[in-house]
Amino acid sequence: MTDTASKPGQTEVWITGIGLATSLGEGLDANWAALSEKRINVDEKGFAPFIVHPLLPVSFDSQIPKKGDQRQMEAWQRIGVYAAGLALDSAGIKGNKDILSKIDMVVAAGGGERDLNVDTGVLTAEAKGANAPGFLNERLMSDLRPTLFLAQLSNLLAGNIAIVNGLGGTSRTFMGEEVAGADAARIALSRIASGESDIALVGGSHNGERKDLMVLYEFGDFNLRDKFAPVWARKDHAGFALGSAGAFLVLESKAHAEARGAKPYAKLSSVVTDLARRKQSGDMEATLEKLWDKLPKRDGKGAIISGATGAEPATSEERGFLTKHADFPVRATGTMFGHTMETQFPLGIALAALSISRGALFPPNDSTGTEVEMQGAPTQIVVVGAGHWRGEGMALVEAV
Amino acid sequence: MTAPRDKLGRPVVVVTGMGITTSLGAGKADNWSKLVAGESGIRTITRFPIDGLKTTMAGTVDFVSVDPFSSTGLSERMAELVTQEALEQAGIGAKGDFPGPLFLAVAPVEVEWPQRRELGRAVGAPDFNYDDLLRISGGGKYNAYHHRFMFGSVAAYLAETFGTKGSPISLSTACASGATSIQLGVEAIRRGETDAALCVATDGTVNPEALVRFSLLSALSTQNDPPQAASRPFSKNRDGFVMAEGAGALVLESYEAATARGAKILGVIAGCGELTDSFHRTRSSPDGKPIIGCMNKTLADAGMTPDQIDHINAHGTATPENDKMEYNTTSAVFGDLLQKIPVTSNKSMVGHTISAAGAVEAIFSLLTLEHQRIPPTINYDNPDPTILFDVVGNKARDARVTAVMSNSFGFGGQNASLILTREPA
Repeated sequence: MTDTASKPGQTEVWITGIGLATSLGEGLDANWAALSEKRINVDEKGFAPFIVHPLLPVSFDSQIPKKGDQRQMEAWQRIGVYAAGLALDSAGIKGNKDILSKIDMVVAAGGGERDLNVDTGVLTAEAKGANAPGFLNERLMSDLRPTLFLAQLSNLLAGNIAIVNGLGGTSRTFMGEEVAGADAARIALSRIASGESDIALVGGSHNGERKDLMVLYEFGDFNLRDKFAPVWARKDHAGFALGSAGAFLVLESKAHAEARGAKPYAKLSSVVTDLARRKQSGDMEATLEKLWDKLPKRDGKGAIISGATGAEPATSEERGFLTKHADFPVRATGTMFGHTMETQFPLGIALAALSISRGALFPPNDSTGTEVEMQGAPTQIVVVGAGHWRGEGMALVEAV
Repeated sequence: MTAPRDKLGRPVVVVTGMGITTSLGAGKADNWSKLVAGESGIRTITRFPIDGLKTTMAGTVDFVSVDPFSSTGLSERMAELVTQEALEQAGIGAKGDFPGPLFLAVAPVEVEWPQRRELGRAVGAPDFNYDDLLRISGGGKYNAYHHRFMFGSVAAYLAETFGTKGSPISLSTACASGATSIQLGVEAIRRGETDAALCVATDGTVNPEALVRFSLLSALSTQNDPPQAASRPFSKNRDGFVMAEGAGALVLESYEAATARGAKILGVIAGCGELTDSFHRTRSSPDGKPIIGCMNKTLADAGMTPDQIDHINAHGTATPENDKMEYNTTSAVFGDLLQKIPVTSNKSMVGHTISAAGAVEAIFSLLTLEHQRIPPTINYDNPDPTILFDVVGNKARDARVTAVMSNSFGFGGQNASLILTREPA
C-alpha cells in the first residue's frame, strides 16, 4: 500500500482552486445548483441502447481564446483545458506569471480519441474485398489528419493546459483509468506536503460521448444499457453510463496560500491508493477497509463521496464496505455525473471540498436507501474511488 | 555510521539492479557489447506489410514473441523480461515480493488494428457503421481485449507478477517518460516513503498506425536503405528519428538500505530535473529557455556545477530541430566547458525507443560509468558544422567518466534530465 498522509513536520495542503465542467454545467454554482435540485443530465437516445451523461455545452472561447488552439485538440482535451482554466481562475492565479511559471501539474488522462470515419472506412473496404498488403498503410497515410495524433496522446492534455495557460513547472501524466486520478492527487499532495512543491494543478478530463470507448468497455459488458438508474439500483442491470467531465484542483501549501492571501475551500489531508488482486470475492472490499484504516482519524462530522461505477462485482463489494460505515452518509457521483473514468476521483475531491466550503452535503439521489439525508455541515469527507476493473483509492478532505 | 544524505539532506538514491532489451538484443551484456562495437539494431520492418509507407525501417524487437500479438502485449512482455533481469541482479526482496512501488513508463494504450479488424470481420456484412461494431462487441467474446487495452493493464500485470507494493503508477510524458519513471522513484525514496522503487519503461509500438502518425508529422527518417544508416544524430544529412522498441528496468534503493543488505551499488541517481515548455505541442521554445532551465534545475538538484559533468548522453533523436536545439541549449548551460565533454546518442544504434528511451539511456549511461568507455554515435560521417559537440563519432572511446547527464525531451513540452554518478557525491 502506498499512502500520503500529512505527517508531523509536514506542511498542510489546501485546496484553493476548483474547476468543473460537467454534464450538469460549468463552474461551482451551476454544479451545486444541479446537485441541490437533484437534476441529472442523461442522453438515452443518442448512443442507444447505451446511456451517456453529455457535457452541458460551454463556450470554449472563454478559457481557450485562440481558435487555433481549439482546433489542435479533440473534445476530451478541450474539456480538460477548460476545466483547468476554471480552476486557475478559482484560485485567483490565472495570468499570474510568477506562480504559473513554477506550478506543478499532475494530470490523469486516457487518450486515443479516434476518427471513426477512418476506422469504418478501412474496415468496410476490407469487408468488400480490399486485401492488398499495403491497403491499411495507404488509407492511414491518406486519411488520418496529421494533427489528430496530438489530440490522441495522453500527455497532450497537460501539454495543452501548459500552452494555453503558460505553465512552466513540472508536468506528469498518469494513465490507468480510475485510480490514475487518485494517484495524481496522491503524488501532488505528497510532493507539496514534503516541500518538493508549493503549488500544483491536479485533475483530469473525459469525453464520454465516444463510441470507440464504448466498444472497449463493451468488450467487458460494462456499458449501462436501455434505462438509466442510480448506481446503487443497478445490481440486476449492471453497468456504467459514461460521462463527460473535466475536474481540476489547485493544491497549495498553507504557507504559500497564506502568503498570497488565498482562501481554502478545504484541506486535502490524505490520499491512499492500492491495487487489490480481485481474484476472489471480498478482495476489493478488504482493500477498501485497509485504505480506510490508513486515513487519519475521523472524529468530525463525516460523509463519503463515492465514485462507484455501477459495474459489477465492484459496486457490490464497495457497498459491502459502505454498509460497515453506515454512520457516514454516502453520495455516488456516478449517478449524477456518469462515469468519467480518470476524472471521477478528482471530481469527488472537488465535490467534497465544495460541500465543506458550502456547509452542507448535497442531497441524496437514490432509490435504494443507500444514500440518506445529512443534517448539518460536514467537516470530514472521505472520497472513495474503486475502479471498474482495477485500482482503489481514498482521500480525506477536511474543513480548515 | 550515519545514513549518507546528499547535499540537500535527502537520502542518496542508488541503483542496484538493471535490465534492458532493445533492438540490439536482450540483456545488459549483449546490449553493451553491441553498443560499444557500433552495431545498429535498425532493420527493415517484417512484422507487417510496408507497402505505401514512407518509412519502412525501425528498431523492432522481433526476438520476443507474444501471442496473440499486440503492441501493448509486446510492451508488457519486454517489461517483464527486463524487470526479471534487474531483480536478479539486485537480489532484493523475495520472488514475487518486491519491497516498494512500481513506476511504469508505458505508451498510451488503445484498441489496435488486428483486434479492430477481427471485429470488422465478425460483423459479417460488406456495409456497416460503427454502431454495428459496437453491437457485436459485447457478450463476453472479447472480454480479454477489455483487459488488454486498459491503460493500467501492463502495470497491473507487473505489480501482480513481481509483488510491488501499493498502486502501480502508469505514466506518460511522451519521449521523456523513461526519465520521469526514474524521477518518481527517486522522489519517493527521498521523501522517505519507501527504501526501494522499481522503475520500468517499455515501448513496443512499432505498428502501422503509430508509424503513420509520426510519419504524418514529418518526424521520421526516410533514409530506408540501408536501414542501419538511417539514424544520423548530429549529422548534416540527418532527416528524422527512427522508431524503435525496447524496455529498461532499474531497481532504485536508498544508499542506506542498499548498503545495509550488502547490495552491490551500480551507480547513483544524483539529480533529476524537469521543466515544461509551453511554447508549442511539438516544437521547443526558440530561445531554448525551458531546456536550459531543465538542465540547470537538474544540476541544482544534484548539487553539482557544469564542470563536474564529464559526459552527456544526449537525447539526440536525429530530427533536424532536436539536435540543433539540443546543441544550442547545452552550450548555453556548459559554455566553454562543452568542448571537453564527449557527447553521444545511443539512438544512432538502437533508434528512438520513445516511452522507454529515458530509462534505456539511463542504463547505458550507468554502463558507461561502469566500463569507463563511451559508446559511439554511429553514422557520423558528415558532421553538422553548426553542432560543435565533441561527438563520440563511429568508434567507442575510453574516457574517465564520473558523472553523466542524460537528457530527454518530448512532445507536449516535456523536458527531463538526469545526472548519474558512480559514487555518492
